[in-house]
Amino acid sequence: MTVEASSAATASRPSATDGELLRVDELKVWFPITEGIVIERHIGDVRAVDDVSFALRRGETLGLVGESGCGKSTTGRAIIRLYRPTSGRIVFDGVDLSSLEGSALRRMRRRMQMIFQDPYASLNPRMNVSGIIREPLEIHGIGNGAERRERVRELLATVGLNPDFGERYPHEFSGGQRQRIGVARALALNPDLIVADEPISALDVSIQAQIINLLEKLQGQFDLTYLFIAHDLSVVRHISDRIAVMYLGRIVELASSRDLNSVPLHPYTVALLSAIPVPDPVVESRRRRIILRGDVPSPANPPSGCRFHTRCWLRERLGNPERCTTEDPPLRPLASGHEVACHFAEDVADSIEQRQATGRPASASRAGAGAGSAAAASAGGSAAGGSAAVGGSAAGVSAPAQASTPGTAAPGA
Amino acid sequence: MTTAAATVPRAEARVSSGLWRDALRRLLRNRPALLGLFLIGVFVTVAVLAPVIAPADPLARFTWNPPSGPPPGPAANHLFGLDRQGHDEFSRVIFGARISLFVGVISVIMGLAMGGVVGAIAGAAGGRIDNVLMRVVDVLLAVPGILLAIGIVAWLDRGLVQIMLAVAATNAPIFARLLRGSLLAIRESDYVLAARALGASGPRLLFRHMIPNALTPMIVAATLALATAIIDVAGLGFLGLGPPDPRTAEWGTMLTDSTVALRSAPHLIFFPGVAIIISAIGFNLLGDGLRESLDPRLKR
Repeated sequence: MTVEASSAATASRPSATDGELLRVDELKVWFPITEGIVIERHIGDVRAVDDVSFALRRGETLGLVGESGCGKSTTGRAIIRLYRPTSGRIVFDGVDLSSLEGSALRRMRRRMQMIFQDPYASLNPRMNVSGIIREPLEIHGIGNGAERRERVRELLATVGLNPDFGERYPHEFSGGQRQRIGVARALALNPDLIVADEPISALDVSIQAQIINLLEKLQGQFDLTYLFIAHDLSVVRHISDRIAVMYLGRIVELASSRDLNSVPLHPYTVALLSAIPVPDPVVESRRRRIILRGDVPSPANPPSGCRFHTRCWLRERLGNPERCTTEDPPLRPLASGHEVACHFAEDVADSIEQRQATGRPASASRAGAGAGSAAAASAGGSAAGGSAAVGGSAAGVSAPAQASTPGTAAPGA
Repeated sequence: MTTAAATVPRAEARVSSGLWRDALRRLLRNRPALLGLFLIGVFVTVAVLAPVIAPADPLARFTWNPPSGPPPGPAANHLFGLDRQGHDEFSRVIFGARISLFVGVISVIMGLAMGGVVGAIAGAAGGRIDNVLMRVVDVLLAVPGILLAIGIVAWLDRGLVQIMLAVAATNAPIFARLLRGSLLAIRESDYVLAARALGASGPRLLFRHMIPNALTPMIVAATLALATAIIDVAGLGFLGLGPPDPRTAEWGTMLTDSTVALRSAPHLIFFPGVAIIISAIGFNLLGDGLRESLDPRLKR
């Protein structure tokens, strides 16, 4: 979907056939850097999010992945309007949120909620559980005392907690239970969209699978749309229909979960995938990790041209073409629904690195970017993630979640 | 007088919630804090029941022989001896507790109110407002507390209210800075972001989420400030800036009086001095105990 076509569509009311719930258009969130104590001078900006566009269809889960500091959390928070966008549009069900204020914004907030990363930090330690879950109802004046009490019990039951726990305080719960409380709070207003900001990163591996399963169950039950933010591709590819990979404030690749995992077309995505172990010794023996050298450049002073060029393995192999340092690659559609921001994405397709990262045997794929779905269908090893997502069973989820532990850190360390 | 009882065992007043009950349980296991509580209990009881406990009117004058000699020290009829005017020292120390407690508590409450408002505004607003308010606080903090208090009493004339104002003014910047710091940290916390995402209004964020979580360091600071307030009040009295009536039984003023007869009547400096130390230590011990029991990171 191109940007021009979509902004025309969102100008009028969204049609049911479109099914689009959220559209982010050229979103920029810059944080000013100032100098001086009393008189502040503006000396620069941290470009946390710099020109990000994507769309969310109703009922789908979009995964947003990237290293720490790539702007994925900032994107999520800007959508919920915890941050004011520097520029760009956030169109939620036909309403542009980016400039909304006051009561109009408050009304929209009923329809989108957030689940936070750290369940120890996201619950007010001075409020009991029923107070925490009741708060959204109080803020929006929903129901009377008895109805709210009933709703709190119902929500606690929905997220798998004892409805009688309402009088307890957050510190009396485990991390997983606390995260369930956070989920119950997010559900209280019956939102359409939930931005899950690394909801399982702070949890034990065994608990991660429980929360993922809970989120998947709730999605079916309440017709929720998720923006699922994580730094761990192996987790995201389970729950997501589509995945956007971010690097230094930009989306570098956006594709269906299956395509992204079987035929990654951006050098950065390939490197990320190569860091995830495959739970199959035969496949694993074929794989090789790509170690990214150096650190993520400062978002206050991003590199010229392609932002990834300072660490790109492909650029090195192609003999450092000048285009990488001079021309900023736009996010361009390649195969159906597969968008990549790389001048040389065609060279990634079916490269040794891509095969080694995904563990796909060389014979199983054809050359060219369009081979995505065919390759995925025949790729036995790498399809493990995809099939588990479809099945959604506890066993299917827990196996890759465990496998994710060594791959949790982004490559390059 | 009853205000003291309301300020000190604040943790007990909100026992209904589990958090406060936990804190209280930890506090009661802390021996120094218990000693502090005991000392404060003695201090408060003495102050409240002064007319019952004191054997004599603090203003009644007794005579001694020979009248030209130094005032007599501790004896059976006058436990702490007599002062130079012939007042019963024991009764004066007991009545002195009233002034110290009353002035101390009121001035800390006033300081809390002033500093709390400034700190809340600075911490909630942030940015330029915070910057301007904190520079004012910096200036106040740069002036030594007792000097500031002397200046205020000298400027506003002597009197109990003036003393309270002066001591409050020395405390207020500390409270302002403390509350502002906590609020700025809490403002960025996830649970405040979560409440904002729910659409909570500014006042709701401040009073439901931010202030309750900034309260514990304030309780600790207020308890410790009571100790310094008692010392400050006595210090002002010692410097001759105490209650306008020079006969009033006030520990600091009593100390000044005794300096003239330091060698001949050392009991006159001993008993008020000990009274000041005991009450100040009591609040210090309790303050430290509260810090430990209220801090969730030290939870065992």
